[in-house]
Amino acid sequence: MSVPAFTGSNVMDVDAAKIRGAGSNVHFDKVSVAYGAHVVLHPLTLDIAPGEILAMIGPSGSGKTTALRAVAGFVRPASGRIRIGATDVTDLPPYERGLGMVVQNYALFPHMRVEDNVAFGLRAQGADKALIGERVKDSLATVGMSGFAKRYPRELSGGQQQRVAIARALAVRPRVLLLDEPLSALDAQIRRNMVEEIAKLHRDLPGLTILYVTHDQTEALTLADKIAIMRDGRVSSHGPTAELYRRPPNRFTAEFLGRANLLPVTVAEGAAGPKGLAKARLGDAVLAGAARGEKPGDKTLLCIRPQHLSLTGDEEHTNRIVGTLKEVHWQGELTHLVLDVDGTPVRVSATRLPVSLPERGSAMPLFFAPGDTSLVPEDVRG
Amino acid sequence: MADAAVLHAPITRKVPGRFWIVPPAALLALLFFYPLVLIVQQAFTDDSGMANVAEFVRVLHARFFLNALINTITISVAATAGCLIVGLVLGLILAFVPFPGSGVIARLIDTFIALPTFLVTLAFTFLYGSAGMLNAGLMEIFSLQAPPVNFLYSTWGVVLAEVTVYSPFVLRPLLAAFSLVDRGQIEAASVLGARPFRIVRQVILPAAVPALIAGGSLCLLLTVNEFGIVLFIGAKGVITLPLLIYSKAIQESAYQVACIIAVINIALSLGLFGLYRFAAGRLGA
Repeated sequence: MSVPAFTGSNVMDVDAAKIRGAGSNVHFDKVSVAYGAHVVLHPLTLDIAPGEILAMIGPSGSGKTTALRAVAGFVRPASGRIRIGATDVTDLPPYERGLGMVVQNYALFPHMRVEDNVAFGLRAQGADKALIGERVKDSLATVGMSGFAKRYPRELSGGQQQRVAIARALAVRPRVLLLDEPLSALDAQIRRNMVEEIAKLHRDLPGLTILYVTHDQTEALTLADKIAIMRDGRVSSHGPTAELYRRPPNRFTAEFLGRANLLPVTVAEGAAGPKGLAKARLGDAVLAGAARGEKPGDKTLLCIRPQHLSLTGDEEHTNRIVGTLKEVHWQGELTHLVLDVDGTPVRVSATRLPVSLPERGSAMPLFFAPGDTSLVPEDVRG
Repeated sequence: MADAAVLHAPITRKVPGRFWIVPPAALLALLFFYPLVLIVQQAFTDDSGMANVAEFVRVLHARFFLNALINTITISVAATAGCLIVGLVLGLILAFVPFPGSGVIARLIDTFIALPTFLVTLAFTFLYGSAGMLNAGLMEIFSLQAPPVNFLYSTWGVVLAEVTVYSPFVLRPLLAAFSLVDRGQIEAASVLGARPFRIVRQVILPAAVPALIAGGSLCLLLTVNEFGIVLFIGAKGVITLPLLIYSKAIQESAYQVACIIAVINIALSLGLFGLYRFAAGRLGA
């Protein structure tokens, strides 16, 4: 079985405009992967909409790369089907799936010049010379590498090599771009720049569907329209990036996606008011937080991000807790405080500190807005 | 002041004694260079001990020498080409086609390196010789009077035996080179639309070129000097340089002729060894 849209002859019919308007969706339909008796990906059902960036994040061994490799065709699912657009690609070899892929170590062909690396996929698909020349030029321009066409990969920096790898993947006008930890090998500064460049790239090519696998939450938060958080071969949570960050559905998501303070509380009053705030008790304090259907008496967690905790109260920051100051870490633009609140460590990221900070071991009040919190159920699996 | 003291401090570190080079150099001279010099000297000296360059020129133009030289080159080039093909195919299968037991097969093939070369020839005689299993079977099945398969006693029999013996010498560096090929490159090529043959041709082989050159040069070197296989098969009319040297020195007692051919054989071998070292150096071996 073949995919007509990506045979050699059809490559020439696809012009640059098409990719801007027509990406393909990816559909995992109960896809599981096992190595012998060891299941590394439990039945996964997930959709990536056309033109969407879905970031799969999770710790090592959580199954995120396995899911990506199943889409690429390097891993055969033990069960389930994978569809790209209208095509069931489960049984297709990788070279017939019409994808682009960028991996952590760039995987450029060292004996080929940059232009030949970028042209490789087009040549493999039988495109004619004129189209290859045009696409190579366009793709290198897209990633800002036009002046490096005659260089060999060894003559480029890590960031430049990764740009060439992206250009190579884009040159074939893929239906879906697979990015497997693409920035992990770069140093922090270049990584930050590359995240911005990938974001710009997607603004320029809004139709391009991207599956982005990473363990770096910052990359995921910056780039992704949606995030799927993987844990032990399963999707722990999945949803729009901002929603998942603001209202994590479970402890694992709250802790993995950005730092979160999780205070064990008991619900005092269920959701009320236009903002759906519930009231919960933490020791003597009564705190308001965004509810998700909790009932009075429920034991749950109050999630509050370190940057939402203030050292001074005002009309907005009406929730108040008191903790004991344990640690102060100055990191230039931010100062991190660690307090003990009823036995739970609470982190505060402050841009400004009061003129006189209490000494370590002193009691210190913290304030936060009810709207910045959410009640999070404890994970069933612990 | 401290700096000045350091600057004027006497050098106390002892330079290793240079005389330590003498024992190994003397041993090397005694065991290797002296016999070599004797051979070269004998090549330019006749039986009466007089210098004789004319004999050298005569041997260079002699039919028996030219035939042996052509046989040597033909066999070694054909065997090396065979080794490269067999080694490459086996290497690709062992390195890139996942199957259980591939490591065991690789090690089994490796053991050929440890075996004496004539052993394969002996096995070939049992299998493909006039009275071997293949001929005996065919003669019985088809009621033939004479053995139908006779390739073993020809140039191609020698080539086949040498390919069997020396392919591991190509396979070993190839497997080492293949193990260094980034699997990410193969996967990237595949996702970009390249089929397996294109991936082998454009991604894997370029990375394996130094290994192919190193393995091929070593095979060429070994097959040029191969003596046991050619002697054991005893193919009619298949005389190579090593066999000619043996024949002239031992059977005809023509020592000067034997030494002249030996000098040429040595020059050929050193040239090939230089090529091997160059290739191995590029491989990083």
